Amino acid sequence: MAEADLTAPLLSVAGLQAFYGESHVLHGVNLRIFPGEVVTLLGRNGAGKTTTLKCIMGMVGKRSGSICFAENETIALTSDRIARLGVALCPEERGIFASLSVEENLLLPPKIAPGGLPLDEIFTLFPNLKERLSSQGGKLSGGEQQMLAIGRILRTGARLLLLDEPTEGLAPIIIRQIGVAIGKLKALGFTILLVEQNFRWASALADRFYVMEHGEIVESFASAELAANMDKLHACLGV
Amino acid sequence: MIPLLGITTQALFAQLLLGLINGAFYALLSLGLAVIFGMLNIVNFAHGALYMMGAFFAWFLLHYFEIGYWPALVLAPLGVGLLGMVIERTMLHRLAGLDPIYGLLLTFGIALIVQGLFQNAYGASGMPYPMPDLLKGGQNLGFMYLPNYRAWVVVFSIAVCLATWFAIEKTRLGATLRAATENPELTRAFGVNVPRLITLTYGFGVALAALAGVLAAPIYQVRPLMGADFIIVVFAVVVIGGMGSIMGSILTGFLLGLVEGLTKVFYPQAANVVVFVIMVLVLLVKPAGLFGKQA
Repeated sequence: MAEADLTAPLLSVAGLQAFYGESHVLHGVNLRIFPGEVVTLLGRNGAGKTTTLKCIMGMVGKRSGSICFAENETIALTSDRIARLGVALCPEERGIFASLSVEENLLLPPKIAPGGLPLDEIFTLFPNLKERLSSQGGKLSGGEQQMLAIGRILRTGARLLLLDEPTEGLAPIIIRQIGVAIGKLKALGFTILLVEQNFRWASALADRFYVMEHGEIVESFASAELAANMDKLHACLGV
Repeated sequence: MIPLLGITTQALFAQLLLGLINGAFYALLSLGLAVIFGMLNIVNFAHGALYMMGAFFAWFLLHYFEIGYWPALVLAPLGVGLLGMVIERTMLHRLAGLDPIYGLLLTFGIALIVQGLFQNAYGASGMPYPMPDLLKGGQNLGFMYLPNYRAWVVVFSIAVCLATWFAIEKTRLGATLRAATENPELTRAFGVNVPRLITLTYGFGVALAALAGVLAAPIYQVRPLMGADFIIVVFAVVVIGGMGSIMGSILTGFLLGLVEGLTKVFYPQAANVVVFVIMVLVLLVKPAGLFGKQA
C-alpha cells in the first residue's frame, strides 16, 4: 500500500464493533480507504459486509470503535450528519422509493457540497434514466433501479460512495454498463467502497480488496495480487 | 313511498350545505390525521382536543387581546401547531418504534387531560364567537339562502385541502416527506434531518386541526367538548377513506358530510349512524378503505 505514505486516508475504520440486538455482528473491523481509490469488500453472505457499510453510514444503532471520515470522528454521529460530511450510500436492494417518481428519487438527496455531477452527466452515464423520469420508482426494472440508486447519490457532492452489491440479480449487459459507469466515476475522482460477491467483475475496477469473515477483515491485497490470492479467496468465499 | 315529494328544495339544499360544512371539517381533520399517521404511524386521538384548542385560541385572542377572526385564522394554527411540536418533541418522540397502540393511548390521555382542564376552567356550556363583519349576511340564490360565512368555510377548506395535497404530492418538500414516510432510515442517510421533519409534520397536522377549530368557532359554539363529539365521526371517515391517503381523506371527508346531510333530509333518524354504517360496509368489502393501499 504505497499510497499510505503519500496521503492521509479519506476513511479509516479501526476496531469497529457492531451489534443487532443481542447478536455481535462485527468484531473489530479495520480498514482504510485513500482518496480516489476503489476498494472492494469481499466475503460470504453474513460475513458483515453490509453491516460495515451501514456502520460507516451511521445506520446501525449499536456500534463502537472508531470511524474517521475526512478527519471527522463519526462513530457517534447520526446518519444525516454523516451524509452531510460527504458519505453516500447506494443500499442493498437499491432502496428506490416506490411512492416517488424517478425524478423525485433522483432529486431527493440534498446537495451537501459543491462538486456533484450535474444531471446531464448522470444521464450520460445512465441514459435509461432520462427516458423514465416521470415513471414511478416502483415501476422500474431491476437494472434501471440500480442505475437510479447510483445516479441519485452522484449529484450531492458526496466524496465517498458506498455501493452495496450493485450487480446483484442483474443481467450481464447491465452489469457491464454499471462497471463502465463505476470506472468513469473513479476517473472523476470519486472514492468508492464496493461490496461485491462477483470479484472477477470487481477486479477490473478495484485498486484493493479486503476479505471479511465472521465480522472481521481477514485478508487484504492489491488488485494486482488477485491471481496470487486466488486459492485463499476460493477458501474464504467458497466459490 | 317517494320521500322527495315531501321535501322542499329549500330544506334539501339547506341540509346539503350543512353536510358540505361538516364535510369541510371532516376533510380538514382527517387530512391532518392522515398526514400524521403516514409519517409518525400514530393514530392521533388528541386531534379533537387540538381542534377545540384552535377554537379556544381564537376566543382567547378576541377576549384578552381584542384580536379578531382574520389574525386568529393565522395565529391559532401557528400557536396550537407549536404546542403540537412541543408534544411531539417531549412525548410522542419517545414512542417511536413502539407498537402504535402506545401512541394512541398517549394521545387519548392528552385529549382527556386537555378537555378536562378546559372544562374545569370554562365549564361545559359553549361560548359564542362572533362572525367576522366581512362575512355577515348571505346571498339569496333563488332556490336557497346561502350564508356568506358558510360559503367561505367550504371554499376556504377546499383551498387549504388542495394546497396541502399539492404540497405533499407535487413539491420537493412533499417528495422528501413521502420518502421519509416510506423509508425513514434511508431518507435520513441521504442527509435529511428526519426527526425534525417528523416534528414539523405533526405540527402541521395539528395546525390543520386548529384551523378547522377557528373556522368552526362562529358556527358552533366554542366549548371544551366540541372536538370530542366530532372526532369519533372523523375517525370513521378516516377508516372509510383509508389511512394515509391524502386525496382519499379529502374526498371522503366531503363525501360523507354530504351523505350525512342527505340522510338528514330523507331519513333523519339515521343521520347520526349513517357514517358508521358506511364504515362497516366499507370494512367488509375493502378493509384498507376506499383509497387505502392494500397492505
